[in-house]
Amino acid sequence: MGELLNIFIKSAFIENLALSYFLGMCSYLAVSKTVKTAFGLGLAVIFVLGITMPINWVINNYLLSETGLFQTDLTFLRLILFIAVIASMVQLVEMVVEKFSPSLYNSLGIFLPLITVNCAILGGSLFMVSKEYNFMESVSFGLGGGFGWFLAIIAIAAIREKIKYSQVPPALRGLGMAFMLTGLMGLAFMSLMGIDPSAF
Amino acid sequence: MAQAQVAAKQSSIGFGKAERKLLTDPLDSNNPVTVQVLGICSALAVTTGMKNALVMAIAVVFVTMFSNMITSALRNSIPKAVRMIVQLIIIATLVTIVELTLKAVAFDSYKQLSVFIGLIITNCIVMGRLEAFAMANGPYKSMLDGIGNGVGYGIILLMVAFVRELFGKGELFGAKIIGNTPEYLLDTTTTWGLGWYANNNLMVLFPSAMFVIGAIIWAHRAWNPSLVDVS
Repeated sequence: MGELLNIFIKSAFIENLALSYFLGMCSYLAVSKTVKTAFGLGLAVIFVLGITMPINWVINNYLLSETGLFQTDLTFLRLILFIAVIASMVQLVEMVVEKFSPSLYNSLGIFLPLITVNCAILGGSLFMVSKEYNFMESVSFGLGGGFGWFLAIIAIAAIREKIKYSQVPPALRGLGMAFMLTGLMGLAFMSLMGIDPSAF
Repeated sequence: MAQAQVAAKQSSIGFGKAERKLLTDPLDSNNPVTVQVLGICSALAVTTGMKNALVMAIAVVFVTMFSNMITSALRNSIPKAVRMIVQLIIIATLVTIVELTLKAVAFDSYKQLSVFIGLIITNCIVMGRLEAFAMANGPYKSMLDGIGNGVGYGIILLMVAFVRELFGKGELFGAKIIGNTPEYLLDTTTTWGLGWYANNNLMVLFPSAMFVIGAIIWAHRAWNPSLVDVS
């Protein structure tokens, strides 16, 4: 249990997908103009990462590996299968949410399809493979990574809402400033890098 | 003679003003990185050295070119409801080709780029151009658009990598340009070669890519004020 908590904290803060690896930057920069929309997208990312990570783990270990179902090394199909799982999961999640919770669907609405091409999702799955986690660890890694991404996008959206009142040079306004801010936040997050969560 | 020229202009394989615009627009006023904000993730991770940036740029040009062409050729037979998945499968196939080729030809680069080759799939440039251009235009034009956008992305990548490698490691393509060398340390009477330069380690870290791209956007918009964000 403590091991799983460690992975959660590590993936959320120390190896933050958005601010340490800079994954999912496209939607991170495009959808962070207000806190409200950032909140919706962040929730959707936690959701999808938490679901696709274990599914991709099962596929990678029981279908593609040499000891899997087909007894052959099929890892060259990894990218295609992972992205197909992610695309279909996003579609499925969209339909389920629409059916059972229209209010959540309305708040997530347009962000769900966007998530398919959020590299944090595919990147998370690829990192999970390279780190050789087991099943429960990959669940924890997915949820932690999603939570970290959620925190990061909320933080930058809040800063961007405030910075509208500052005097920024016209050419730097908007996008340019968002890049600079993300860089500064990345520097701040780097100070967490040396922490070893298992020491607590 | 005149008729032949007219025929050449009307045929879809010509190379006139419209086609040239498809190639040059993404280099400036419609740049994928600094204007459309697409494909940032990989632009940050692979720009620590010129060599990796060049490999990545070539890979992306390959993928955008062929995915645009193939999707455009198939655009009339793809059902609208599943078009995302079909597009992703096309892209994923091309990326797998790139990945396996790199693994065979340039194993060092393959190891350094690691997951970021796979992440070309979710590089929004590819998907974005498929949705915005290839689904509505013919294969030849789509191919030009793909090349233009791939190159526009590659140029930014190389610019960022140039700054980061030069000031972070004092090297370009792995060759020493500025900073301390063993020879310099032995002979301190020479002042040429900027031997006094100490490497700025910040430039090797991820956040510096953000600052460099931010500065490029700043310069680009100061130079081309029509792009300035008014909101």
